[in-house]
Amino acid sequence: MPAPIRLRELIRTIRTARTQAEEREMIQKECAAIRSSFREEDNTYRCRNVAKLLYMHMLGYPAHFGQLECLKLIASQKFTDKRIGYLGAMLLLDERQDVHLLMTNCIKNDLNHSTQYVQGLALCTLGCMGSSEMCRDLAGEVEKLLKTSNSYLRKKAALCAVHVIRKVPELMEMFLPATKNLLNEKNHGVLHTSVVLLTEMCERSPDMLAHFRKLVPQLVRILKNLIMSGYSPEHDVSGISDPFLQVRILRLLRILGRNDDDSSEAMNDILAQVATNTETSKNVGNAILYETVLTIMDIKSESGLRVLAINILGRFLLNNDKNIRYVALTSLLKTVQTDHNAVQRHRSTIVDCLKDLDVSIKRRAMELSFALVNGNNVRGMMKELLYFLDSCEPEFKADCASGIFLAAEKYAPSKRWHIDTIMRVLTTAGSYVRDDAVPNLIQLITNSVEMHAYTVQRLYKAILGDYSQQPLVQVASWCIGEYGDLLVSGQCEEEEPIQVTEDEVLDILESVLISNMSASVTRGYALTAIMKLSTRFTCTVNRIKKVVSIYGSSIDVELQQRAVEYNALFKKYDHMRPALLERMPVMEKVTTNGPAEIVQTNGETETAVLETKPPPSGLQPANQANDLLDLLGGSDITPVIPTAPPSKPASGGELLDLLGDLNLTGIPSITAYNKNGLKIEFTFERSNTNPSVTVITIQASNSTELDMTDFVFQAAVPKTFQLQLLSPSSSVIPAFNSGTITQVIKVLNPQKQQLRMRIKLTYNHKGSAMQDLAEVNNFPPQSWQ
Amino acid sequence: MIKFFLMVNKQGQTRLSRYYEHVEINKRTMLEAEVIKNCLSRSKDECSFIEYKDFKLVYRQYAALFIVVGIDQTENEMAVYELIHNFVEVLDKYFSRVVSETLNLLCNIFSLSKLW
Repeated sequence: MPAPIRLRELIRTIRTARTQAEEREMIQKECAAIRSSFREEDNTYRCRNVAKLLYMHMLGYPAHFGQLECLKLIASQKFTDKRIGYLGAMLLLDERQDVHLLMTNCIKNDLNHSTQYVQGLALCTLGCMGSSEMCRDLAGEVEKLLKTSNSYLRKKAALCAVHVIRKVPELMEMFLPATKNLLNEKNHGVLHTSVVLLTEMCERSPDMLAHFRKLVPQLVRILKNLIMSGYSPEHDVSGISDPFLQVRILRLLRILGRNDDDSSEAMNDILAQVATNTETSKNVGNAILYETVLTIMDIKSESGLRVLAINILGRFLLNNDKNIRYVALTSLLKTVQTDHNAVQRHRSTIVDCLKDLDVSIKRRAMELSFALVNGNNVRGMMKELLYFLDSCEPEFKADCASGIFLAAEKYAPSKRWHIDTIMRVLTTAGSYVRDDAVPNLIQLITNSVEMHAYTVQRLYKAILGDYSQQPLVQVASWCIGEYGDLLVSGQCEEEEPIQVTEDEVLDILESVLISNMSASVTRGYALTAIMKLSTRFTCTVNRIKKVVSIYGSSIDVELQQRAVEYNALFKKYDHMRPALLERMPVMEKVTTNGPAEIVQTNGETETAVLETKPPPSGLQPANQANDLLDLLGGSDITPVIPTAPPSKPASGGELLDLLGDLNLTGIPSITAYNKNGLKIEFTFERSNTNPSVTVITIQASNSTELDMTDFVFQAAVPKTFQLQLLSPSSSVIPAFNSGTITQVIKVLNPQKQQLRMRIKLTYNHKGSAMQDLAEVNNFPPQSWQ
Repeated sequence: MIKFFLMVNKQGQTRLSRYYEHVEINKRTMLEAEVIKNCLSRSKDECSFIEYKDFKLVYRQYAALFIVVGIDQTENEMAVYELIHNFVEVLDKYFSRVVSETLNLLCNIFSLSKLW
C-alpha cells in the first residue's frame, strides 16, 4: 500500500474542492484510507494519519475512530508521536468517552519523564480534558511539579492545578502549601499563571479568600514594579510592560478587596497611580484603565478614587474609538446603581449614543438610559427614547417598549402625559409590545377616570386607519367597549371632540372581527366590546344582536362560546344584561411588581381574588358571567387567602369608597384597644349578599407627642372563623392625633359564632420597640349574627 | 473565561478552531457559520464586541481572515482584543506573513500544539 499522503497535501487537495459535496467526497475517501491504515497497525505512519484526522475533525467531520490511535501514539516513545497523540487526546477525547481513563497511566509516567517537554505535554493535556477521576489520581504529581524550580514546568503546573480545582474543589487544600512561594517568582509566565491559580482559589472558597488577603501588599508591589520599570523587550506591548499580567493582578485585587476595608485601603494608592499614569493613546492602556475602573468600583474605595473612576469613564465616552465607548457604557451600567448622581452628569452623552450606528452601543445606551430616568428628567428622556423607538431595529423594540412603560408608570408627571406616551408607543411599536403589557395598560386607563373620554377618542382615531397592530387593537377595543358612550356623545375636554356615530363605532369593531390580520385573542376582545356597547348604545342594539348571533357558529371555539353565551343573555337573561355589562370599577394595585391584589366588586359579589399578577381584565367575561350566575344561585364563597405584606401605602382609604355600595346598617363601632396613647377603633360593615362576611375597618390613632413608626397590626381569630388582613394605609401613626392608619379586615363567619379576636401590636415609639397583646371581646351582636 | 477561539476566512471556511468547552460537532459548524455571519455584517467603524446568545464575541479582521474569540461576562473585552493581536504577532514572527500564508500555518499544526 502506498505511503499515506502528508497533511500538507491533504490540505491542498481539500482547498481545491469547489463545492461542499466535492469536499465531502475527498474527505470520505481519505477517511477510508486512514481507517484501513489504522487496521494495519502501521507504526510509522500513524502520526501522519492522526494529524490528518484532526484536521478533518476541525472542519466538522466525525473522527471518533481515531481515539484509540491517539492513545497508542501517547504510549509511544517518540516525541513527535507523543505530541500528536496528546493533541489528538485534547481535541477528540473528553470525559464522556470511556477510553480516556486509559490515558491516566500514560500521563502519570509522562509527568515524571526526564524531558521537560514531555512533562509539559502531559500537564497541558491533563489541564485541558482531565476528568475528575484522573484529576484525583494525578493531583499529587501536579502538586509536586508546582514546587519544582523549572519555570517552564511551574507555569504549566499552575494552570493544570486550576483545572484540577475546577473539577474537584475538595483538592484545593492540597495546593495551598505550594502557593506560598509562587509570587516570589521573577518569571512573568509563572507569575501570571500563579495569579490565575490564586484567583480561582479565592473565587471558590471564602476561607482561601481570607487567607490570601495577606498577599495584597505583595501584589501591590509587583504591580508597582510593572508600572515603574523601564522598557523591557520581552514583556513590552506598545510601550506598556506586560499589560496582561497587570490586568490579572488588578482582577485579583478586586476579588481580595471586595467587602474588606483594610485591603481596599492598601490598594488605594496603587489604583490611583495606575489610573493616572497609564497611557491612553493605545488600546492597551485603555484595557488596563478599564480593569482599574472596574476594581475601584467594586472595592470599598474612598470617594476621591470613585470620582476619578467615573471621570475616566466619562472620558472614554467621548473617545472616538467605538470599542472604548462600548466598554464605558458597559461599566457605567454596572455602577449606575451605586453612583447614580455621578453617572447622571454624563446623561446627555449617553443619550447621544442612542443615535449611534453600532448595534452593541445602541443596546447599552438604551439600557443605561432607562436606568437614568428619574422624576426630573423624565419628559426629556422620554422624548429621546420615543424617537429611538421609532428608528431602532426590531430586536430592540420589545425591550424599549417595556422599558418605556415601566419608566412612564414610575415617573409620569401627569395622567394626560402618561396616556399620550402609551398611545405613542402603541402606535409606533404596536406589534412589538409584550402580551402582558395589554392588561397593565387597561388597568392604567381604568384608573385615570377623568381621562376616559380623551383616551377612548385617541384610541378610536388610532385604529381607524390601521388595525393590524394587535396590542393596540386589543386595548382600543376594550376601551371602546367600556367607554363607547363617551365617544359617541362627544364629551372630550382635553381635545377637540370628534363626531362619531354608533354605527361608525360598530363598523370599526366589526372590521376588526372580520379582518384576517386579527389574532384570536383580539377577536375575543372585539366581540366582548360589541356586546358591552349593547347597554351603552341606544339605537343599534339590533345590529349588535345580529353580529353576536352570527358568531354563534364561528369555527373558533372561544368566539363561539362567547357568542352563544351573549346570545343567551339577549334571549333568556335580558333583565340581567345591564347589570352584568356595567362599567368596570377602578382596579386597585398594591405594588407595581410582585404580588398584586385586585379587589373587583361588581356590586353583586365580594370575592376578593389574590393573584400573582394582575389578571387580564375583560378577557373572559363569558366565564365571569357564568360565575356570577352561579353565585347568584347562592353557592359558597371562595376561600380567603393570606395577606400581601404592607410594603407601600395602599388602598385602605379607596377600598372604603369601593365598598360604599355595601349595606351600612349602622352597626355601632367599638374601641378595641386604648393604651399608652394608642387607640384602635373598629367600624363594621356587613355584606348584602353574603351574610357570613363582616368587613372591619380599623383606625389607629396616636395621642402622644411622638410619632409611632413601623406599626404592625396582627390579628388571630378562633378556628371556626377565617380572617383576611388587607394592607394598611401606612406604617407610621403621626402624633397628636393628626392622622390615622386604616386597615381592612375581612372575617368569614359561616357558623355565626360570636366574634372574638386576639390582636398583637408592634411599633417603635420614643426610640424603643413596643409590643402588646390584647383580646377584643366587645363586638356588637349585629356584627356577627 | 474564553469559550472558543476561531480563525475563519471571509467565505466562511474555518481555518482554525479550538473549543474550551464541549460543543457537539454539528453544533460547531453552525456556530461558526453564525459567528462569521455576524462579523461580516459589521462595518469597519463599528465596535469589535458583539453580544451573541449568552456570551460576547471579540473579533478582529486581518485582510481576509477573521479571528473571533468567544468570552463570557467575567473577561475584560479589551484585554482579549489585545490578546488576539498578540497572538497574530507571535504567529507572524514564527511563521512569517501569517495572513497570506495560512497554508503554512496549518501545515505546522504540530508546532501549534505547543502554544496551547
